[in-house]
Amino acid sequence: MTATGIGAPVKRREDQRFITGNGRYTDDINRPGQTYAVFVRSPHAHAKIKSIDTSQAKASPGCVAVLTGKELAADKVGGLICGWMILNKDGTPMKAGAHPALAVDTVRYVGDHVAVVIGETLVEAKDAAEKVVVNYEVLPAVTDLGSAQAPGQPQIHPEAPGNTVYNWHLGDKSAVDAAFASAAHVTKINLVNNRLVPNAIEPRAAIGEYDAGQDQLTLYTTSQNPHVARLVLSAFIGLAPEHKLRVIAPDVGGGFGSKIFIYAEETVCLWAARKVKRPVKWTCERTEAFLCDAHGRDHLTTAELAMDASGKILALRAKTKANLGAYLSTFASSVPTYLYAPLLSGQYNIPSIYCEVDGVYTTTAPVDAYRGAGRPEATFVVERLVEVAAREMGKDPAEFRRINFITSFPHATPVIMTYDTGDYAACLDKALELIDYKGLPARKAESARKGLKRGLGFSAYIEACGIAPSQAVGSLGAGVGLWESAEVRVNPTGSVEVLTGSHSHGQGHETTFAQLVSQRLGVPIETVSIVHGDTDKVQFGMGTYGSRSGAVGMSAIFNAIDKVIVKAKKVAGFVLEVPEDTVDFKDGIFSSTATNKTLTFPEVALQAYIAHKFTGAQLEPGLKEGAFYDPTNFTFPSGVHVCELEVDPATGTTRIDRWVAVDDFGNLINPMIVEGQVHGGIAQGVGQALLEGAVYDKSGQLLTASYMDYCMPRASDLPSYKIEMASTPCPSNPLGVKGCGEAGAIAAPAAVMNAITDALGHEEIDMPATPQAVWRAAQKAPRRMVAE
Amino acid sequence: MFSIFKKSAAPDAKASAPQDPGAPITTVTVTVNGRTVTAEVDPRMLLSQFLRDSLQLTGTHVGCDTSQCGACVVHLDGRAVKSCTTLTLACDGGSVTTIEGLSQDGTLHPMQEAFRNNHGLQCGFCTPGMIMSAVDIVNRKGNTLDEATVRAELEGNICRCTGYHNIVAAVREGAANMTGVKQAAE
Ligand code: FES
Ligand code: FES
Repeated sequence: MTATGIGAPVKRREDQRFITGNGRYTDDINRPGQTYAVFVRSPHAHAKIKSIDTSQAKASPGCVAVLTGKELAADKVGGLICGWMILNKDGTPMKAGAHPALAVDTVRYVGDHVAVVIGETLVEAKDAAEKVVVNYEVLPAVTDLGSAQAPGQPQIHPEAPGNTVYNWHLGDKSAVDAAFASAAHVTKINLVNNRLVPNAIEPRAAIGEYDAGQDQLTLYTTSQNPHVARLVLSAFIGLAPEHKLRVIAPDVGGGFGSKIFIYAEETVCLWAARKVKRPVKWTCERTEAFLCDAHGRDHLTTAELAMDASGKILALRAKTKANLGAYLSTFASSVPTYLYAPLLSGQYNIPSIYCEVDGVYTTTAPVDAYRGAGRPEATFVVERLVEVAAREMGKDPAEFRRINFITSFPHATPVIMTYDTGDYAACLDKALELIDYKGLPARKAESARKGLKRGLGFSAYIEACGIAPSQAVGSLGAGVGLWESAEVRVNPTGSVEVLTGSHSHGQGHETTFAQLVSQRLGVPIETVSIVHGDTDKVQFGMGTYGSRSGAVGMSAIFNAIDKVIVKAKKVAGFVLEVPEDTVDFKDGIFSSTATNKTLTFPEVALQAYIAHKFTGAQLEPGLKEGAFYDPTNFTFPSGVHVCELEVDPATGTTRIDRWVAVDDFGNLINPMIVEGQVHGGIAQGVGQALLEGAVYDKSGQLLTASYMDYCMPRASDLPSYKIEMASTPCPSNPLGVKGCGEAGAIAAPAAVMNAITDALGHEEIDMPATPQAVWRAAQKAPRRMVAE
Repeated sequence: MFSIFKKSAAPDAKASAPQDPGAPITTVTVTVNGRTVTAEVDPRMLLSQFLRDSLQLTGTHVGCDTSQCGACVVHLDGRAVKSCTTLTLACDGGSVTTIEGLSQDGTLHPMQEAFRNNHGLQCGFCTPGMIMSAVDIVNRKGNTLDEATVRAELEGNICRCTGYHNIVAAVREGAANMTGVKQAAE
């Protein structure tokens, strides 16, 4: 391992600009002649638009334009799309209503886009927006997921009777039913997976710009995947052909899924820029973000686990209702289906699994992928079930897990996935040691002396990352392939530019990707630059989400580097005047058994460009190669997280005392960055378990629409984390990496809730386990003996 | 000294200065990162807007609208303030230090260095406010900070990326390395 190569904890190269205030986020950009967009949003959860009077607004000082859904429709701007077709149980396609970027006759959630006001200044745009008079006929709202499909509920989209988008299933129902019939013990639980708001600290922003001379549109935007945005804005929404649309995602201040999607605001800014012939800038305010960014999670699940008398799991059965909100966001349909149910086997050998999912419309903000996307929901189901089953059967929860672990690989689960590698017992053993499991009874007794209840919870999670083999996802309904691209451009002086279709919004790609290049080409890391986030520079890419940028994005770079080396060896052969197949390349030096002369990488690069040592008939000049990498399997990061906490039954407060994580991410490129990803994921998972929850009232008003009302995890809410690795390299990609971006968020909620229910001695508490919820739960007598 | 806005602002100057032409304009003189600036501002203009839009000091970020996230923290007369909740007029005669003014002569401030050294940032959006708050914590609490103090003192700064673990380590290390240095008080 070199100081800047694979496996080294290299300090991040991007940090210099961020710690000095020189980052360049979308809202930091201003374009000449820029105008400001403010959206008129529905104050009602569900209403007919009777009329919109824009006359006073248009007369307001500094108002440039007021545009509504009618004008958008007249310009034939297409609606926002959902890119994943889900089939119902009966094979019919899902039923989705239209999703216009500006509502035409109906609004379906508070914050739904009714009109846009463009002003010379932001203040003028806001003043004018207040003068838009919208006459609504208010309709009843539907916010309760549990009853939204019931007969007599208001219908949100005529296309989806009963507000049901789909009724989907996976697995062999009859095999599962038979296993349950023969079970010695059945555990059944009801779970709420609370609704979350992603809350990247940088609010979304967009600037649309039109160049009449070139007939070219440019969008600066807070996107995790600018090329996908361009594709959707071109091919589906129809704003401009792809070659006439440039999408730039500069520094992006966190995404967590919420910046994958193609939203109304970006679409409207781009459309409006052409209409007003000036740049149009929109910056989201935090309350707007709460109302309109796609939310995450929001499941209601009944789940059952069947065991034989020895505690071996026989089958798992789950029925889930998933709230999809008022419209289908870009990948909404896939999250509670193919990103969820295929993970219900967890780390366990479960012979049969059956899962049924209803995707449901409600008059709330759209719900889509949020860090983990379906996999945290699956882990929560599996790990709560396993924990409760162990408790009910009087077994130690660690040992119950161990006897059910999958131990031989590859392992085909009954729900699509084939796990490639892993050593689940190794992670568990290390975690037990790090948390001092043997000392738990003494610590519990010590807490009890102080009037506190101590609990410990495990979460042995698995995720499917490295998203994803294109053909496989295509067969499941995805509208796109999920490969990644890379181009490695070597300059004549030997410096290297890597163009990647991945996008970094906190993950540190400028460092990690450069480590790969530095190691493989033997060049100093300072001579490598990573280019991303601009469709005019990078030809195409699928972006960053699903912990895919290491396993898929870096594999593309790896393959492109291979091609560069092949070409460079040819050049070196001509320069050294030796046969090409005798040329060796190692640590940046070209050598040959046929000569004792050597060449450095920059020397060969220069020779490739001056092209004096070979003819055009022998070799093309230049040194630049590209690769598209399509993975052959998902990757399967796994691990064991253990949370130990104290609950104060008098006040309901919970204090996390220890957190241990032992993760298997395969090979690591930069362990410092990997640990940071785990820290952040755990914090979001703890936030879900203890603090966060989006709450709508019956009329559809979002009660938690600011940081005063929605409890974000702060430094004092969280512990320090003890993180170790137990790696088994991934066999399906050249780097052996599995991905780490979502693991913490996937593992943490179940670990916390298993610990709280251990402390309380019963299972009757849902997330978020706020002090009020914990206090109430603590008033109930323990139903079972607290494990001593 | 230079004047940024005139009452009869040219259209291009106006575009970068969100203000209502009908609103009263008032003159303010502020020293920002050591440079004295006199400007005519809309009385409603927030310090965060003045820094970002008028002075193009975009290192100061805005992450919320309820004075909760701390992405906007700068120092006013040596004390941390949330620039999103401070009127520019209230800074008249004052001295403001932003993240851009923290490092001296091209050398990183020890707190900036500590954030990099401890991987105390990911997306970087909360970072300027975090660093400005951290320096203020050290100015108030001294150079030896335990974990609980740092966590409690970071109450007004939200980070969604890091889970705070490395931020806490960074603040403690930065505090220790600030010994004997008078830190960006003005
Ligand atoms: S922007 Fe000032 S506290 Fe959030
Ligand atoms: S580093 Fe992204 S919000 Fe803190």
